[in-house]
Amino acid sequence: MTLSIVLVLMIAGSILFHFLSPWYFTPIASNWGAIDATIELTFWITGFVFTAVNLFLAYAVFKYRYQANRRAAYEPENKKLELWLTGLTTIGVVAMLAPGLFVWSDFVNVPKEAHSFEVLGQQWHWGFRFPGKDGQLGTVDSRLINLDNPFGMNPDDPAGQDDVLINSNVVHLPVDKPVRALLRSKDVIHNFAVPQFRVKMDLVPGIVTFLWFTPTKTGTYDILCEELCGIGHHVMRGKVVVDEAADFQTWLDSYPTYAEVQARPPPDPVAGAAAFVLCATCHGAQGEGNIDQHGPKLSGQEPWYLKRQLEYFKQGVRGTHAEDAYGKLMAPMAATLINEQAIDNVIAYIQTLPDDPAPSTVHGNVDKGEKTYRLCAYCHGPKGHGRWALNAPRQAGMSDWYLVTQLKNFKHEIRGSHSGDLYGGQMSAMAKTLSSDAIINNLVAYINTLPPPDRAGQIVSVMPGAQKRRAVADE
Amino acid sequence: MVAVAIADQEQVLHEPQSFISRYIWSQDHKVIAIQYAITAIAVGLVALVLSWLIRLQIGFPNAFDFIDPASYYQFVTMHGMIMVIYLLTALLLGGFGNYLIPLMIGARDMVFPYMNMLSYWVYLLAVLVLMASFFVPGGPTGAGWTLYPPQAILQGTPGATWGIILMLLSLVIFIVAFTMGGLNYVTTVLQARTRGMTLMRMPLSVWGLFVATILGLLAFPALLVSGVMMLLDQVIGTSFFMPAIVDMGEQSTYSGGSPILFQHLFWFFGHPEVYIVALPAFGIVSDILSTHARKNIFGYRMMIWAIVIIGGMSFIVWAHHMYVSGMNPYFGFFFATTTLIIAVPTAIKVYNWVLTLWQGNIRLTVPMLFAIGFIFTFVNGGLTGLFLGNVTVDLPLSDTYFVVAHFHMVMGVSPILVIFAAIYHWYPKITGRMLDDTMGKIHFWTTFLGTYAIYFPMHYLGFLGVPRRYFAFGVTGFIPESAQMLNATITIAALFVGVFQFLFLFNLVWSLFKGKQAGSNPWEATTLEWQTPQTPPAHGNWGPELPEVHRWAYDYSVPGAPRDFIPQTVPFSETPFQIDTEHES
Amino acid sequence: MSILSTLMTMPWIASAEPPAENPLASTSPKKVALVVFLGVVSSVFFLFIAAYLIRMNYGDWRPLRDSQILWLNTLVLVASSFAFQRARNAAGKEQRQSTTRYLLLAGFLTLVFLSGQLWVWQQINSDGNRILTDPASAFFYLLTGVHGLHLLGGLYVWLRTVIRILSGYSAMTVRLSVELCSVYWHYLLLVWLLLFGLLLAT
Repeated sequence: MTLSIVLVLMIAGSILFHFLSPWYFTPIASNWGAIDATIELTFWITGFVFTAVNLFLAYAVFKYRYQANRRAAYEPENKKLELWLTGLTTIGVVAMLAPGLFVWSDFVNVPKEAHSFEVLGQQWHWGFRFPGKDGQLGTVDSRLINLDNPFGMNPDDPAGQDDVLINSNVVHLPVDKPVRALLRSKDVIHNFAVPQFRVKMDLVPGIVTFLWFTPTKTGTYDILCEELCGIGHHVMRGKVVVDEAADFQTWLDSYPTYAEVQARPPPDPVAGAAAFVLCATCHGAQGEGNIDQHGPKLSGQEPWYLKRQLEYFKQGVRGTHAEDAYGKLMAPMAATLINEQAIDNVIAYIQTLPDDPAPSTVHGNVDKGEKTYRLCAYCHGPKGHGRWALNAPRQAGMSDWYLVTQLKNFKHEIRGSHSGDLYGGQMSAMAKTLSSDAIINNLVAYINTLPPPDRAGQIVSVMPGAQKRRAVADE
Repeated sequence: MVAVAIADQEQVLHEPQSFISRYIWSQDHKVIAIQYAITAIAVGLVALVLSWLIRLQIGFPNAFDFIDPASYYQFVTMHGMIMVIYLLTALLLGGFGNYLIPLMIGARDMVFPYMNMLSYWVYLLAVLVLMASFFVPGGPTGAGWTLYPPQAILQGTPGATWGIILMLLSLVIFIVAFTMGGLNYVTTVLQARTRGMTLMRMPLSVWGLFVATILGLLAFPALLVSGVMMLLDQVIGTSFFMPAIVDMGEQSTYSGGSPILFQHLFWFFGHPEVYIVALPAFGIVSDILSTHARKNIFGYRMMIWAIVIIGGMSFIVWAHHMYVSGMNPYFGFFFATTTLIIAVPTAIKVYNWVLTLWQGNIRLTVPMLFAIGFIFTFVNGGLTGLFLGNVTVDLPLSDTYFVVAHFHMVMGVSPILVIFAAIYHWYPKITGRMLDDTMGKIHFWTTFLGTYAIYFPMHYLGFLGVPRRYFAFGVTGFIPESAQMLNATITIAALFVGVFQFLFLFNLVWSLFKGKQAGSNPWEATTLEWQTPQTPPAHGNWGPELPEVHRWAYDYSVPGAPRDFIPQTVPFSETPFQIDTEHES
Repeated sequence: MSILSTLMTMPWIASAEPPAENPLASTSPKKVALVVFLGVVSSVFFLFIAAYLIRMNYGDWRPLRDSQILWLNTLVLVASSFAFQRARNAAGKEQRQSTTRYLLLAGFLTLVFLSGQLWVWQQINSDGNRILTDPASAFFYLLTGVHGLHLLGGLYVWLRTVIRILSGYSAMTVRLSVELCSVYWHYLLLVWLLLFGLLLAT
């Protein structure tokens, strides 16, 4: 009796939950309405079966509950009934499968007019590549990938010269134009998914996979990696901005082509030295850092990192948060570097400065810090020397007080939360696992014990690549 | 293995002399079954605790210092692998298979008792190797239970050195153990059935175990092959599965391999694995439903055909796990079709269970409660399989919480409810005492309602598009605040359900000493294991004479019979009133 | 009775006939187990071969140079299988002497085959630009290695049988072991011919 009532309540509760739940498909923003329709159909059929079978179950449990003086029926089988049930089930299955296969055939066959673009995945961020005027993507080879050629472009392929390289987590697409995404991975399997577009596909190293869709609504949507790709899987996010065609073109034109990147003149450290005079007031004459002026050590920092930070400060991505007092001081300074060349020059000069380890000012339990650091090591390297491929700057031998400040800022989303901050969100998510100030101190105390990199004779280049040519609001 | 089999003492039961040979190095299938069961439950408890840790992070992000992304993915991986292989497979086949097969077919023991014993000890070794990975540098692997290369052996994944090596080694050892056990079960069913026990008189439990074992014997090699090849990729640097890769900015030496090849091999094992777990559960629940409804199982032949068809078809549906894997998309047409076809025999099984209850005389004992709870849960989990099996519908739902909810419902909770039903059902035979009824009922209601509260709403997170395998969701444009509230609720439900499993464990121990005396056949069942001369059955099971089987396993409520059940051992001459017409209505 | 008609029986129909003995009851369970085990081994080799055929199609595949020694090894394995068959026939006729002789010969030939395989390994290893991680040679090591391991497992049973017959047991008592060994060897010969054909063809 109780069981039957509970079963009926569970059926009713499930149906109510279905209709009342605030958690359901996000409003669709692509052409794949047919997928939603197939799901709707599947819901009606399976919902009917769920209700019918379980109600029958509840009724049987109630009606044939034990009575000492009754005896059960004896019925080994009932061919007619079983045939009917088999037949009806088959019809239900066909009704779900057939439309599904038709929609799948649409998915498999990319329309001719679809424009291709490339999605490049790696641990743990995205890159994108659009063909230039020739409408053709140049050939690539993962063996060619390095700091100066993050896309692995084949320099000899004429088709690749006008490719637009977007080394960013944000991609724009034109509304109402079918696009085919060619998916490529540098390292492990990733998955390109946008919930509002309904479709997704894995990026598999070694091969190029694809999917296609037509964005139908302008707006900004999350790109998620949905195949486990290592400890940073959950922070491998991106954004797709669906624009009107003209806005899309403006955005695309703001990025340099591969040939333009290659042709960029080498930076001039002498010119950079002049600009550095201003920096030296807070960061020290040798870029060694100055705790009293809140200027962290710059010498020895990875050049691509310095470049991105300077651009962020210029664009207002950093140094604009109300609680970021010292960041606000930096913003107007960065603004004095008038263009990309000026930034490259000053970084080239910083490269020439002596890289002596910053003095230790933070103390804590080094052993405990070592355990915490294991997580950091995935991106920043086991010795804290930084990894360009992960956008992770060097920590070892840098200003420790600055690390503490910024870890707290990341944790409280004073840093990393700006929509234009491509990788700060990842750091924010990681910093949130550091629950107390003591843990942060221990961690930084451990970082203080890490030896700085030995750079004798090593040539470090400025990342040319596909930084933005000029600031464009992303949203 | 053949070596061991050939060395095995043929048909000679040697009587155990001491405590050690009776309970430790035992060759008695009943003792081995209990060893398997205890080990599997113990390791299952580890996996249960891991599931709490996972849920704590999802429900209350960053509230606990000891859970960081690396350990989170390690917990997820170990939870999945332990539950699927080391708990469910080992408990259903090693535990129930060992206990039930010889007793239900009227054999004195497995045909190769020595190999049977070895099977357990090798399994234990596999478990120990797996547990050791918690203590090696880098910890256990965090590659997800599917262990996909390249990430499983690259530095961005926790445990990519020792952790994954121990995991693969442990799996290889497990497969050796399983093969020893499996050869035994299949040979015993084929060869050691007692006089009169035709294949079509076997209880469905034995059918389910038998077909599942065959599936395991043919499917586990795929895991072995892929495991060995991945070990070589990891240890010597071959490129079976590894293409040219830039690992964290540095060129690797790998080239040319195929990650998708691994996935094909893995799922060629992985899908039959679902049925390796499901078929024994289907069989066992059929017997429990029939016994406690006092009615023959409805459509016995249909049930067997369904088991055989499902078993056979389970080898041609594997790529439905790979619709969005980047394999040739045209495969989608084939695998969606085969997958949905397999739904038909599965549905028939469900109808037959429900129709078995119809016009029965249902005793709502604790095992029966669990069995009915299984039907409800399985209907839900099976139907959501129709979403994921249909390639188009899978596109938005794949890799979301919908998948997590689906497989926990259908291959987590459903078989576990059957396992509980089976333990409540056979505990009296195993120990001679009944499990406590009140504790059993509390256990049922908390488990049944609790698991539904965990997994039913979880599907809706999947519809929303919440990705699975995320340590934290951070800021997105589509996940509302309320989803976090739902996740916290699910976590609380999970902790609640978990805690009540300890009541069950307590009941197991308490009833061993204080339980009501059971007698030899407390449920008034027809099958052979309830007709043993002693309870618990002695070594050799049957006394001097093997039982003879005169009828099928489901003579409940036969019209005209004095009682509502006729054991399989009762000759026709004693019950001439049995109807002998084929029923057609 | 075929499987199909077995599955069609309606077991609930009462039968007054005395219960029948299981038709397999008189067969040795070891034979049944061996057949099932060969099914498992077939699955292993089938999957390795499938993986080989798929992996072959990727760009970096360079076929191995066919080794002449493999022909010799194949002949030796055929001879070994043949010797096992002779031993089996002799054991069936309870000819102890000749059983022992052929049994020893079969084991010896198997050892020759395994040494020959090692020799081929050596050859590929010394083949200048071939490294262990080259896909074709890695597969060659893997396939021959797994096949060799199965033979080694068989040799364990062979050794037990030889010890028994040498320590004075009659041919009758080892008949089953010899029979099972011969089935196993024929099977592994078949697998080898398949692998060899595959290696030659690619």
